[in-house]
Amino acid sequence: MNLTLKIWRQNNAKEAGKMVDYKINNISPDMSFLEMLDVLNNELIEKGEDPVAFDHDCREGICGMCSLFINGEAHGPDRGVTTCQLHMRMFKDGDTIYIEPFRAKAFPVIKDLVVDRTAFDKIQHAGGFVSVNTSGNTQDANAIPIPKHDADRAFDAATCIGCGACVATCKNSSAMLFVSAKVSQFALLPQGKVEAADRVRNMVEEMDALGFGNCTNTGACEIECPKGISLENIARMNREYLKASIK
Amino acid sequence: MKLDSKIPQGPIDKKWSDYKNHIKLVNPANKRNIDVIVVGTGLAGGSAAATLAELGYNVKAFCYQDSPRRAHSIAAQGGINASKNYQGDGDSVYRLFYDTVKGGDYRAREANVYRLAEVSENIIDQCVAQGVPFAREYGGLLDNRSFGGVQVSRTFYAKGQTGQQLLLGAYSAMNRQIGRGKIQMYNRHEMLDIVKVDGKARGIIARNLINGEIERHSAHAVVICTGGYGNVFFLSTNAMGSNVTAAWKAHKRGAFFANPCYTQIHPTCIPVTGDHQSKLTLMSESLRNDGRIWVPKKMEDAVAIREGRLKPTQIAEEDRDYYLERRYPSFGNLVPRDVASRAAKERCDAGYGVNATGEAVYLDFASAIDRYGKEQARIHHLDENDAKLIYKLGKEVVENKYGNLFQMYEKIVDEDPYTTPMMIYPAVHYTMGGLWVDYNLMSTIEGCYVLGEANFSDHGANRLGASALMQGLADGYFVLPYTIGDYLANDIRTGKIPTDLPEFEEAEKNVRNIIDHLMNNKGTHSVDYFHKKLGKIMWDKVGMARNAQGLTEAMDEIAQLREEFYKDVKVSGTAESFNQELEKALRVADFLELGELFAKDALHREESCGGHFREEHQTEDGEAKRDDENFAYVAAWEYKGNPRESVLHKEDLVYENIKLVTRSYK
Repeated sequence: MNLTLKIWRQNNAKEAGKMVDYKINNISPDMSFLEMLDVLNNELIEKGEDPVAFDHDCREGICGMCSLFINGEAHGPDRGVTTCQLHMRMFKDGDTIYIEPFRAKAFPVIKDLVVDRTAFDKIQHAGGFVSVNTSGNTQDANAIPIPKHDADRAFDAATCIGCGACVATCKNSSAMLFVSAKVSQFALLPQGKVEAADRVRNMVEEMDALGFGNCTNTGACEIECPKGISLENIARMNREYLKASIK
Repeated sequence: MKLDSKIPQGPIDKKWSDYKNHIKLVNPANKRNIDVIVVGTGLAGGSAAATLAELGYNVKAFCYQDSPRRAHSIAAQGGINASKNYQGDGDSVYRLFYDTVKGGDYRAREANVYRLAEVSENIIDQCVAQGVPFAREYGGLLDNRSFGGVQVSRTFYAKGQTGQQLLLGAYSAMNRQIGRGKIQMYNRHEMLDIVKVDGKARGIIARNLINGEIERHSAHAVVICTGGYGNVFFLSTNAMGSNVTAAWKAHKRGAFFANPCYTQIHPTCIPVTGDHQSKLTLMSESLRNDGRIWVPKKMEDAVAIREGRLKPTQIAEEDRDYYLERRYPSFGNLVPRDVASRAAKERCDAGYGVNATGEAVYLDFASAIDRYGKEQARIHHLDENDAKLIYKLGKEVVENKYGNLFQMYEKIVDEDPYTTPMMIYPAVHYTMGGLWVDYNLMSTIEGCYVLGEANFSDHGANRLGASALMQGLADGYFVLPYTIGDYLANDIRTGKIPTDLPEFEEAEKNVRNIIDHLMNNKGTHSVDYFHKKLGKIMWDKVGMARNAQGLTEAMDEIAQLREEFYKDVKVSGTAESFNQELEKALRVADFLELGELFAKDALHREESCGGHFREEHQTEDGEAKRDDENFAYVAAWEYKGNPRESVLHKEDLVYENIKLVTRSYK
């Protein structure tokens, strides 16, 4: 396949960025999207130009490091995958592909397509944990039976990879899906219930302070989430928050 | 220097508790005056950083990713072992210990493995208390599954994302301490040297990957938890950024590197499709609980499949060679990884491979779908002869167990693994070798501890499935927090370590020199060009099967490639900014040194054991032939200015509780 790429180039957070055109030829449909960018970068290096910076690490859809807004969609046109799992067979010969960073006030650009997502970590610092020390003296793991249904739903919420697609795709740059996934995981488990009220209050407060927008229930985040985190989590977080507020 | 493993005296089941009763402690007020650096935030580093901070030490944690949650432990799929014996199938601490030593082909240190088995139960308790959502049965209790090389079900899991859930557990424990200010977190930082003062590890030099600044960080001890070095092969299941740099820099400063040649080639990975490939994807070993591995019996069928004239589903049952079940009837598809990998290579080398490159075998779920479908039909009183219904019911069960893996496979290969068998081939996955540590997990540099995959201690020459997660968390949550206290108790009067000492000066200068060289080189080839070449040498000559000639050649070729690299590598951009090419160049430079030591170690080990297979040392039917008389030792290498000149130190492995026998899974 031969393609035209329009890629966002920006030196650092302080300088302005712009879209730059690149031509790329002989791309195999079996390549992953990031392998296509590897090919481009190798060509740029051989020509003495600055390669395109983009985040990536595990390249199997679990670390959450890769991002990219491709043709106006977080993680590109495929569903249920991250950019590193997107394959070129999703595109056609002659296509023009627009590649931009995840954009949000809370995610400043570091370089080109790389953004700073430490705001997500900060929300977790505010309450994304169960306060238990690692003494090894906790009770036996089977001491509290947990209904399979609850454990499974907690697991589903816990599979969030923290990539930020929900924020990038939301017109309000809301982090509600991300925050609610962690709140839900713990709210559904007996171990997390003890601190549930403080947790939801603190995490929501931190989320607001960091400049994320509010949720207006458009549901775009759920569609673009590579892990299929459900909107139900936002509903659950709202209930948890309400409960915590009237306590 | 003589290696002292510092194994406590006494019977094996009393060593750890006796040790804990007699070590020195640091009182809470003094802990506040002691700093510890933890490099790497995977299961080992994350759990260590969190626990040390909970105890009251000041922790500085470093990772090259943009968040500690992204360390590559996150990609571990199948599960974590613990000798809980919840299934009542005869498991015990001793059995887990025994299975691990046997699985490691009798090349691990008994005392360390026993301690690992002992604390394994605490890990599960701890993780459940943290809110890790393990898989459960309908009665609400924890579920288990079975992994290769064992005959009990002791593996706890969270679908195919166990590593993710455990890492997020450790990450949450870290977050609690970061929020309290007890951990200072340095994301997007890479350790580029370790600093020794008066022979003790007292700090590191790190590069801030965002702005390129070279920073000095001091502490009373340094803990290295930076994972394995599988990326020396270029293609592996490791993350793109996984590297040996921190461990290698420590090695060059005096930490011995043990058994570098012990590499795990994982049998179930998605095969390579072409030159553009940047990494390989693992399909969890748990799939071998239900999948059956086969190739065609007849050569003409294999050829027809490769040429696309025949589909696997068209091959009759009697024309399939379920070669693991044939060769190893008692363990069948659940033989250990090294055995399964070599068996796949043997069939493909013989010409029975099933993809275009001839390097793939089938992993087939048809009989599992059928079996589960019939079981469900019986439970629900439905028609067991309705093939469509049986398929539907069976598929649901398989989807429940392995859904995310099947989806991952389909996205990569563009084939539906429910209806056509998966294609798999072995790939580099894990490295059992690593920095040598004593019973306290301290390396041969005083005050430099090494945890998790980065050390060598627990898995011998082959690691069993679901044991890496166990080791990472055991080291970080339950071992280091005790052993490091015994050391730090001597540092309560030391006070802050200043970073303007000449030792810091020298180390920083060293780092700047390498960076300057790489940036000003203006060669002709990109870093990947050299990394791919190194990977090819490693895979062809230091891979699944090795011989003396190939290894000797590999040593020379790697040394030559290293020379070329320094002359001809081209790194674009500047050193004072975000520069991913420079990051790669610094990592590949170290792989180019490690690769040579790796081959040297493989050449010296004149036996086959676990993941190390020397063609000269095999039985008539192609099984590995160990030489306990001459090689029952840990090979710990001391750096002497060049990997080729490294000096061998031996730690003899003494087995007091397990009798050395030939490993058999037949």
